[in-house]
Amino acid sequence: MKKIIRQYILGNLLFTEDESALQDGDSFLDGGIIDSTGVLEIILFIEETFDIKVNDDEMLPANLDSVNNLVAFVNRKQAVAA
Amino acid sequence: MCGINGIAALSMQTKINERDVRSMLPALHHRGPDGSGIYLDPGQRIGLGHTRLSIIDLTGGAQPMHNEDQTVWVTFNGEIFNYLELRQTLLKQGHSFHTHSDTEVIVHAYEQYGDAFVQHLNGQFAIALWDGNRQRLLLVRDRAGILPLFYTRQGDRLLFASEIKALLPQLAEAPRISPTALDQIFTFWAPRSPNTLFEDIFEVQPGHMLVLENGCLRESVYWDWRFPEQDDYHQGSDTELAEQLYELLVDATRIRLRADVPVGAYLSGGLDSSALVALIRNHSDAPLKTFSIGFEEQSLDESAFQQQMVEHLGVENSRILCRNRDIAEDFPATIFHTETAILRTAPTPMRQLSGLVRTSGYKVVLTGEGADEALGGYDLFKEAKIRQFWGRHPQSEWRPLLLKALYPYLETSGAQAKAYLRKYYSIGLDNPDQPGFSHLTRWFTTSQCKVFFSQELNATLREDAIDRLTGQLPPAFGHWHSFNRAQYLEAKTLMGDYLLCSQGDRMLMSNSVEGRFPFLDHRVIEFANRLNPRLKMRALNEKYLFKQAMKNQLPRQILERHKQPYRAPDIPAFFSAHPPAYVDDLLSEEKLNRYGYFDAQKVGFLVKKARRGSSIAYKDNMALVGVLSTQLCHYFFIERFSQTIRETASLT
Repeated sequence: MKKIIRQYILGNLLFTEDESALQDGDSFLDGGIIDSTGVLEIILFIEETFDIKVNDDEMLPANLDSVNNLVAFVNRKQAVAA
Repeated sequence: MCGINGIAALSMQTKINERDVRSMLPALHHRGPDGSGIYLDPGQRIGLGHTRLSIIDLTGGAQPMHNEDQTVWVTFNGEIFNYLELRQTLLKQGHSFHTHSDTEVIVHAYEQYGDAFVQHLNGQFAIALWDGNRQRLLLVRDRAGILPLFYTRQGDRLLFASEIKALLPQLAEAPRISPTALDQIFTFWAPRSPNTLFEDIFEVQPGHMLVLENGCLRESVYWDWRFPEQDDYHQGSDTELAEQLYELLVDATRIRLRADVPVGAYLSGGLDSSALVALIRNHSDAPLKTFSIGFEEQSLDESAFQQQMVEHLGVENSRILCRNRDIAEDFPATIFHTETAILRTAPTPMRQLSGLVRTSGYKVVLTGEGADEALGGYDLFKEAKIRQFWGRHPQSEWRPLLLKALYPYLETSGAQAKAYLRKYYSIGLDNPDQPGFSHLTRWFTTSQCKVFFSQELNATLREDAIDRLTGQLPPAFGHWHSFNRAQYLEAKTLMGDYLLCSQGDRMLMSNSVEGRFPFLDHRVIEFANRLNPRLKMRALNEKYLFKQAMKNQLPRQILERHKQPYRAPDIPAFFSAHPPAYVDDLLSEEKLNRYGYFDAQKVGFLVKKARRGSSIAYKDNMALVGVLSTQLCHYFFIERFSQTIRETASLT
């Protein structure tokens, strides 16, 4: 899962294949990787790719603002769903 | 309106020849299809050229034009709206006129007032004036920057023209794209005046005068946006000030209806154009025709509001529908005329609209630009005000939530809004007094598009674009109210460098249509600049005094409508069912690498994303349009330099 998320972020938000461009703990907001509409892209991506639904009150940087946060968040959601 | 051009000698040995001056004219044909003329002074120190769009004194207004003894010559693009009053004054002072045109008042005003003549002009203009007795050349642009004027040195000669493409036939080789300009475009949306997209080609800045004398160029500022430094704002009640503003707007509009051809108006359905149409309707007997644009994409369309105003005022309206594919098809022609890279497709529909004006048999339209800058209308001003307010208590939980009112798409939930608003809009919050504070979120968002710059381009960039801008602000800037500082930045960057040229003059003149801008009458700007900022933005109610001034003229729905920014489809226009071939060609790895400005791999990812239709981020749209338009500029003006000159020459 981390690989898929990383690939998406690299290709669609950083526009590169260079793995070293993104550390798993990097904040997307602090790094200027997303703008105010960018978070919607990330939500669409994880909803479609991992078949989960992100609730309004879950749209938090703590869930969505780094590769690590995303992995943990998707894991939690899938565990609940299962 | 018109096109002007010329060549001046910079050394005593240099002689200007007529053929060279004439070679520049074909590229300005669209600005002046009704005639052309050349003046070469006897000493061959200077040649002036002119292409004419005849609007005032249709038979007598040919240019270049001279004074009584033919020692002062002028080639002029624009309108002097107070020419009737000036003419009366100059007649009383003993000058004799041989035409009824507004152009002739320029030469006599120069004789009368010297270089200060420009202070007497109310209008929009780009002027080249030759004083044969003193062997000096003046290049002047209007205060707000409505009309363009470019220049470059070429050996011992100074070349100047209304558009860059008219300089090309006299250049020894193709110009180069300036890395500094690209850096500015991908920060502020346009090169900062006096820079242009091209190295060594400059524009005369709005409100500036260049004087060439004894081979030396001297530049002076004769007008700029100025604001009170000691809270010395206009005194008076809201009602009194609203009345004064209204009277000024009536007069600014009235003198802009002076023409010997019928005058139309743009009607967007927003407050400013609606107010303008109401002012024309209620203060002139002239039959009025209005022109509107609608969008295939519903979220951008304002047709319902346009229709409401059409019915309210009983005007005859023509409307054109802009489809996504129209934008893709016309974009190369748009860029040929903007002569710069842009980050939005918004100019293209404006070109469609001027085309509609032209085919309807009109040459002149009044339009509402400038009201937001002068009278305080932009969401950006609200954003800055809220961020300023928030900056006083950075820990506040609820202050940043005010931003939700501005950007409805942020309004999903409390949690999201709080967390993301806090992070995203807190740029520079630690120092709300820094010069660019009001614009930092916009500039930082735009700057993120620089991720697509190639390594080679990055390696040539020296100074940060924002530092360079803030280093050039007038000394008084720091003493102005924060709201006025935001207005100044907006007027000098986005309005002067982009809206009035790429989205204004160039799109109008490409179809031989003249725009006139009552809100940019300098008397309106000067009056507005001395209004207390709370009369512009009352709490978060924008253009407060303006609405007070117009409240009896407009339907409530128009007065109370939330401002809708004018936008056109960006990425969707290029990646719908059948994208035109040039898009793939110019965004191909081969072309990107050959031109060298962008990282082909990164652009490849962006194009893939755009093609999938999953690109919704603001900055992806700007980046794609910016890359494509830069590639088009290189294609037209560098790669096909010689062909472009040949093809332009053969058009006329």
